[in-house]
Amino acid sequence: MEAVSIPPFERFYEEHRTAVFGHLVRLLGRQRAEDAFQETFLRALRGYPALRHGRHLKAWVFTIATRVAVDESRRERPRTTITDEPTGEPERPAYAQLEHLAEELPDKERAAVVLRYGYDLPYDQIADALDSSEDAARQAASSGVRRLRRRLT
Amino acid sequence: MTAVPEALDQRFRDAAAVAGLLDVSYDIADTPVGPLLVAVTELGLCRISYDPEPDRQVEELARTFGSRILRAPRPLDPVKRELDEYFEGRRHEFDLPVDLRGRTDFSRLVLEQLARVPYGEVTTYGSLAARSGRPKAARAVGTIMNRNPIPIVLPCHRVVGSTGSLVGYGGGLDRKRLLLDLEHAPV
Repeated sequence: MEAVSIPPFERFYEEHRTAVFGHLVRLLGRQRAEDAFQETFLRALRGYPALRHGRHLKAWVFTIATRVAVDESRRERPRTTITDEPTGEPERPAYAQLEHLAEELPDKERAAVVLRYGYDLPYDQIADALDSSEDAARQAASSGVRRLRRRLT
Repeated sequence: MTAVPEALDQRFRDAAAVAGLLDVSYDIADTPVGPLLVAVTELGLCRISYDPEPDRQVEELARTFGSRILRAPRPLDPVKRELDEYFEGRRHEFDLPVDLRGRTDFSRLVLEQLARVPYGEVTTYGSLAARSGRPKAARAVGTIMNRNPIPIVLPCHRVVGSTGSLVGYGGGLDRKRLLLDLEHAPV
């Protein structure tokens, strides 16, 4: 595949900040999206030197934003009671066990798998993150999952 | 589309600089010689450009100093303050560290010699070449002046031809004349 160079951070930020902010507003509401926005791009800055190419940067930063939003939601809703009975939804244990495997998937499939199964994002938002159609997003997620299954068997 | 509020955008840019996460911070400074792009790294001032269109400069700065480059005004405050003082005639020497990474050894040597040419005085390309240890390299010195990454602070406007003619200037001869007039230089 043709090498895509990593743009100067300013260009990357200019290009994606509006979409990332919109994404965070959808996930968290306007007020909390503001804190998450800053944290997302600070994390992106920390990770930027480790990028090896400039492909799928939108998916990369959407994944970071989604992670920040999840952290933010957990922080806002601390558990106040300890009970032996399981309450509510489990915290994605199945995905947590698979996460390290997902690191080995091709970029696009990894982003689709992480956003769909890690963060329960609907396909229209994943499509937005991947700059693709909903069908293509669905296909990337399912081929990523197929690839993971093959590795596990 | 939900536009990012300006205050939030500004807050992020400040936070990125304060956290020390940037290879290069830049901004545009308004001066009597027009808008200037000014840029710093953690080591010091690394660029003053007469070309206020940042795109080309940003690409080049990223190649030289690293890809984490952002328009972040706060780290540029001391630079803009000293430039203001200079243009008001209140400052004759800049007190700013410079970052000359990416330059050849000879360029660096010449630029260091250039920095010693006092306010309001002029020197020649030949004399600067001699002071840099290569008396026959006047032409090479001319090229280095033309590509000076930090004009004004490294005062290439104070370098003229052996006959006293202004010869040339990366920012255009009008600007060279204006800077020399500001300093009441004898040309």
